[in-house]
Amino acid sequence: MQVYDMPDKHGHFGPFGGIFVAETLVEALEELRLMYEKYRHDPEFLAEFAYDLKHFVGRPSPIYHAKRLSDKIGGAQIYLKREDLNHTGAHKINNTIGQALLAKRMGKPRVIAETGAGQHGVATATIAARLGLECVVYMGAEDVKRQAPNVFRMKLLGATVIPVESGSKTLKDALNEAMRDWVTNISNTFYIIGTVAGPHPYPMMVRDFQAVIGIEAKQQMQEMMGRQPDAVVACVGGGSNAMGIFYPYIDVEGVRLIGVEAAGHGLETGSHAAPLTANSPIGVLHGNRTYLMQDEDGNIVETHSISAGLDYPGVGPEHAWLKDIKRAEYVAITDDEAMHAFHQLCRTEGIIPAMESSHALAYGEKLARTMSPDQVVLVNLSGRGDKDINTVAKLSNITL
Amino acid sequence: MSRIQSVFAELKAQGKKALIPYFTAGDPHPDQTVPLLHALVDSGADVIELGVPFSDPMADGPVIQRASERALMHKMGLRKVLAMVKDFRETNQKTPIVLMGYANPIEAMGVLQFVNLAKEAGVDGVLTVDYPPEECEDFNKQLAAAGIDSIFLLSPTTEPSRTELIVKQATGFLYYVSLKGVTGAGNLDIVEVKKRVAEIRGSTDLPIGVGFGVKDAETAREVSAIADAVVVGSRMVLAIEQSDEHNLIPNVQALMKELRTAIDSV
Repeated sequence: MQVYDMPDKHGHFGPFGGIFVAETLVEALEELRLMYEKYRHDPEFLAEFAYDLKHFVGRPSPIYHAKRLSDKIGGAQIYLKREDLNHTGAHKINNTIGQALLAKRMGKPRVIAETGAGQHGVATATIAARLGLECVVYMGAEDVKRQAPNVFRMKLLGATVIPVESGSKTLKDALNEAMRDWVTNISNTFYIIGTVAGPHPYPMMVRDFQAVIGIEAKQQMQEMMGRQPDAVVACVGGGSNAMGIFYPYIDVEGVRLIGVEAAGHGLETGSHAAPLTANSPIGVLHGNRTYLMQDEDGNIVETHSISAGLDYPGVGPEHAWLKDIKRAEYVAITDDEAMHAFHQLCRTEGIIPAMESSHALAYGEKLARTMSPDQVVLVNLSGRGDKDINTVAKLSNITL
Repeated sequence: MSRIQSVFAELKAQGKKALIPYFTAGDPHPDQTVPLLHALVDSGADVIELGVPFSDPMADGPVIQRASERALMHKMGLRKVLAMVKDFRETNQKTPIVLMGYANPIEAMGVLQFVNLAKEAGVDGVLTVDYPPEECEDFNKQLAAAGIDSIFLLSPTTEPSRTELIVKQATGFLYYVSLKGVTGAGNLDIVEVKKRVAEIRGSTDLPIGVGFGVKDAETAREVSAIADAVVVGSRMVLAIEQSDEHNLIPNVQALMKELRTAIDSV
């Protein structure tokens, strides 16, 4: 099998990826690219990263056999990679530590981030506090309202949260605003992007920092089962937790990689956030070329998902590439299906999953049902659901 | 000689500098775009940068973002922008029009179709903010084949080696971004701009326009002493935003007159 070695040196994954930014950002990205090249294989840097992942995040995150759930589904065995047990409650912290350590080495005293549900914002604020960096988080004004507890968490951690009032006032607008901040404060600021999107080297760098998920999973599955799973399932908004668990498996034959997008109210309604599954056209947004939900004039359309973390009109360029080369498959799960999986995991296994991860779970269950009990489905449980209890309560007409 | 080249050659012969106003097509209303184009010409515009509205204008400050949002409320899209340029060309064959916008609307239309329609409409130059030269070689070739100039940005952070790369692909004129930031941000540092423009002149004979921080007649005057063209974007869009349908044209023309006088005084 040919060894997978992407992206190329210009950050292209086939026709996807690249560096589509205004000239004002080009030098900053080049500086970042060179610094990352310098440190990505540097033993001291990697040792510091590994130390923080172990002692600050609590890695390795365990793999858990959801036996009662598997029995209830009546098909393949469902295993969960427990990223929900990480410090701050999701996989996001892995990447923010990597980038913050880089920021420190680059002598940048200030970090900025965009956030949707607030998980990446919290993870950035957390590591900024730990390293003594100034932290500013951009968050769509709509999301600020919807995710009040995370906004407060960020403030507790000493970050400044700036509500973004432009455009649709959600994640994509927060990203635009963070880019504007970066271009203005380029000399002292490091932009910590939370997903495998953005201009090169971000998609590659974020993937590399998240790959710890897949690297651990491979070893843990070998130890627990003596073999690798038949399928690895992860949710995809921008796609960082999915890239993190997929990447180490790309060259492993016989392991299906399945990304689960948000079908929202249903693909047929147009009210979703599933550019890959809905065959959206290719376009350019946030510094990279990828599949993008857009209208016929090329304007980005508003997306919908019950889960703020999946509510994004594009997708990381490497997912676009993995789809095109048919190494990964992409499917979509509706709000209702995700909610069902959410409640089922709570009641069956005593784990409250994030709404994002509930999409992966829902599809994992669907898939497991078609398989035999001696087969294995590994679901990346990317985060815990404490942040979602208000959303769930509201859907059940309960006031907390 | 392209329309842009002719304009710069003519101005140079007269010892004058170009005034390049920017506004977003469809702002405040699509019906007013063609009248605004003519009004700008009548009040001293040498070249006009016409913004193509986009849902995610990452390089723009709040003023131009709001202009994009107003235009998009009227379903303004690239196809309609091109139709407006065509309309304008029916009575004006002299003033160059440069489309300024983002890559995605062009890619959504299809690069080849865009170039053909732009040529047919009488577009003279295209500045695609998020197409650095490395990512748009084919696009550039097609623009060149259609006789449309490729306008590129140079920024305060652009290294000399990159300047060489950019000037090789640029035609028409170069656009020097006078500050680190988005359109309409902060105050430009005229000493720094002067130094950088002089450096760029060492690499190219193309005319150099300066913009992103020209806020008033005074900065326009200072910039015109250094550059070949003064680009006024956010300030122009602000004048549009602060007008109603009755005083829109007079307000824009009053601002133009002020800028024109300042530039011509150098």
